[in-house]
Amino acid sequence: MQMDQKFTDTTWPAAPEKATLEGKNKYLGFWLFLGGETVLFASLFATYLALKDKVPNADAALAKDIFDLPLTFVATMLLLTSSLTSVYAMYHMKNHDFKRMQAWLVVTVLLGAGFLGLEIYEFNHYVHEFHHTFTSSAFGSAFYTLVGFHGAHVAFGLLWITSLMLRNAGRGLNLYNAPKFYVASLYWHFIDVVWVFIFTVVYLMGMVG
Amino acid sequence: MSTYAKKQGFGATLWDYLTTVDHKKIAILYLIAGGVFFVLGGLEAMFIRIQLAIPNNDFVSAGFYNEILTMHGTTMIFLAAMPLVFAMMNAVVPLQIGARDVAFPFLNSLGFWLFFFGGLFLNLSWFMGGAPDAGWTSYASLSLHSPGHGVDFYILGLQISGLGTLIAGINFLATIINMRTPGMTYMRMPLFTWSTFVVSALILFAFPPLTVGLVLLMFDRMFGSNFFDVAAGGNTIIWEHLFWIFGHPEVYILILPAFGIFSEILATFSRKRLFGYSSMVFATVLIGFLGFMVWAHHMFTVGLGPIANAIFAVATMAIAVPTGIKIFNWLLTMWGGSVKFTVPMLYAVAFIPSFTMGGVTGIMNAVAPADYIFHDTYFVVAHFHYVIVGGVVFGLLAGVTFYWPKMFGTMLNETLGKISFWTFLIGFHLTFFIQHFLGLMGMPRRIFTFLDNQGLNTGNMISTVGAFFMAFAVIVLVINIIITSVKNVKVGNDPWGDGRTLEWAISSPPPYYNFKQLPLVRGLDAYWVEKMDGKTEMTPAEPLGDIHMPNSSILPLTTSLGLFVAAFGALYNMDDDKTWTVPVIIIGLLITLGSMLIRSIKDDHGYHIHKEELTDDHDKGVKA
Amino acid sequence: MVNERLNSANPSFDLKYRRKKNAEEMKHQVITFAMMIFFTLIAFAAVGFDFSKWFIKPVILLLAVVQVIFQLYYFMHMKHKGHNTIALFLFSGLAVGLLTVLTFLTIVWW
Repeated sequence: MQMDQKFTDTTWPAAPEKATLEGKNKYLGFWLFLGGETVLFASLFATYLALKDKVPNADAALAKDIFDLPLTFVATMLLLTSSLTSVYAMYHMKNHDFKRMQAWLVVTVLLGAGFLGLEIYEFNHYVHEFHHTFTSSAFGSAFYTLVGFHGAHVAFGLLWITSLMLRNAGRGLNLYNAPKFYVASLYWHFIDVVWVFIFTVVYLMGMVG
Repeated sequence: MSTYAKKQGFGATLWDYLTTVDHKKIAILYLIAGGVFFVLGGLEAMFIRIQLAIPNNDFVSAGFYNEILTMHGTTMIFLAAMPLVFAMMNAVVPLQIGARDVAFPFLNSLGFWLFFFGGLFLNLSWFMGGAPDAGWTSYASLSLHSPGHGVDFYILGLQISGLGTLIAGINFLATIINMRTPGMTYMRMPLFTWSTFVVSALILFAFPPLTVGLVLLMFDRMFGSNFFDVAAGGNTIIWEHLFWIFGHPEVYILILPAFGIFSEILATFSRKRLFGYSSMVFATVLIGFLGFMVWAHHMFTVGLGPIANAIFAVATMAIAVPTGIKIFNWLLTMWGGSVKFTVPMLYAVAFIPSFTMGGVTGIMNAVAPADYIFHDTYFVVAHFHYVIVGGVVFGLLAGVTFYWPKMFGTMLNETLGKISFWTFLIGFHLTFFIQHFLGLMGMPRRIFTFLDNQGLNTGNMISTVGAFFMAFAVIVLVINIIITSVKNVKVGNDPWGDGRTLEWAISSPPPYYNFKQLPLVRGLDAYWVEKMDGKTEMTPAEPLGDIHMPNSSILPLTTSLGLFVAAFGALYNMDDDKTWTVPVIIIGLLITLGSMLIRSIKDDHGYHIHKEELTDDHDKGVKA
Repeated sequence: MVNERLNSANPSFDLKYRRKKNAEEMKHQVITFAMMIFFTLIAFAAVGFDFSKWFIKPVILLLAVVQVIFQLYYFMHMKHKGHNTIALFLFSGLAVGLLTVLTFLTIVWW
């Protein structure tokens, strides 16, 4: 089977991401990678929990001082919604509707970029308002490392999805790029999974004290 | 496309290896790189033993001794044992499961080059201001205060090569899950494939904590964070936990493949089915599982409290059960078999008692109160060298000898092999057996010299003499390899005569597409099953057709090279007088990201070998 | 599930069937999403209303776990057939991760 073969709506397979051996391998390999990422983020969470509110002196900012409910809420909504829009994109991918898939991916990227913008604003805010920096305390180091690692994952995801869209804009869907789109969306959901724990464990539980 | 059989010039061959995505060639790359690092780590070991041969020796200075000691451990674990294990896996596993290649040939190559550049980076420290000197465990309290850039080389070098290891782990998991030939069910997989499977899972879950630990240490040393700085609220125990959550599974990552190799060898040369196959599989999985539950036994004396120590002590002792199952199964495999003592078999037979001794001292160390006595003495050094040399190194030497004909198409000399074996075995026990007693007499680890008249002189001298025996054995092995390669007497499919598994059903070395037609597996020890039915070849599972092959690529090398370049920038960034560091980081990362971008934009559909080409290839092909 | 089916002999009927199945699944996804937003609102509201922390912490953790299960099983399709191997590896990773978290909450020397 030629990899760049053209498909019609009727010949398009039901599970295009797993229709070729390469696709199957990519799909499985990426899930395995997510298994490893789980341990990576768990280690960062563990480090954060061990160092939460560990500061050198009484003046340093603590979790309950700095976090802000509305900001976190907006960021969370942006990211959760982007998860749904990427589901829509995959829905249209399965229906062999390239244009709609691209459109939903654009929305996903925009929402992700909005999230990232808020995060940058937030970090800037902490540094200037509370002198809560990467080097000010062990708490600061652990906070920025955990949330920053997630932010870096978001940034990488944006680059990834954008380059996929640009690369394939001219040629539509085939069995070579369908698995690529699919694993990119898996990655995006995983970022969301991590964020659910970040907003719960870091922000909400941080505010509760 | 079929450049396979042609004679090539040196340049073309080099380019071929730099860009290869063929698992058999990547195996050779791993073997060469791992072999070089093994010799390097061995040289460091010799320096250690020469320094410790007599009391108050000044062969090396105390500071230099710390560097040698650190680099010996780090090199042997990360740059010698791991890649040699990967060499065996790459050479054998796809053949054992009847696959044409691994699941991700491109990533396979990327994994190798990341390891290679990481190892190169780490070893360049020798020439760039001094090697790391905080021990292979690099405990944060010590490594944070190590002057110079040694520890930074450790951090960045291991980070890069660790990435390669993680990629290799995922690759083997996907390969074994997705690429097995028809009939090759999980419970028909050879034991080496099984141990590769379990080990890859361990890599997948054990390397991320190391990555995180190294990132934290990097941030602390290079970017002023406070993870391990107690004065700013940090906690140095975090490093110890992260390191050992990785470090203990790492021990099993090394030993399980050796177990797998020995299982193949013992069954082959006893000419008997492996005794208790299913219990062997079960024991392998169980060791992998328990491997994650015991890391804190490295930290008994840290002061985690009696409850934590008790839990981890019991969990550690529990590992003796599956290991014991394996030992008895190997013994019973030989029992009543028609045993043939080839070189690999000699290593296998010598491994059983040697490794068991290491296991027994392991149980002694697992007893937490007793460990307070053993901790940081030569008793521990003796223990882990018994399991790592007596287990892993024996396994690798046996595996290299056993699979040499499959990788290179020619047999290593048996006489020279036996000389190597005997001198290595004698040297090994001479070196390390006495160290148990040195430890019990109170000689601490990691010291660069000892005083006269403390009863330590004779023991240390014996140990040093033993090390020279081992060095001699390795030299003989190298001579053996050279002679064999020069003579290059070609052998057939099954040079040992008693091959049981699929890899022995195809020519040595196999054609670049491995199996012309995927073989049909009809039972455990698939090739043996066919032999017992009076056949000489496998039954094909598919008609002859076009074979899809991946394209070669230089991108894995450039991707890794970019990180290598960026690492220099990151390393010197903390020096205030150097202004070139940020541009170097940016250039390096651009090389890496650029390579990744090219990889993702440029379609790579591979190519097909046509049916007609395959039918012409009568002599080399697999008549599957 | 629908994703495992390949094209049958009658392509246009098949297409219609698949489209319907996909649309149905998409509907489930949207419902899942609505519930996730709802859980998030509860979690934020619980913190905003300042209940006892012994009440809030377990509840928001539970809500997070449920949300993540939704993500994994609906958005990431783990409820479909053929995800056994994947689930094995993901949950093994999770087990190692949780053990690490537990360790860092208990035995890091306070």
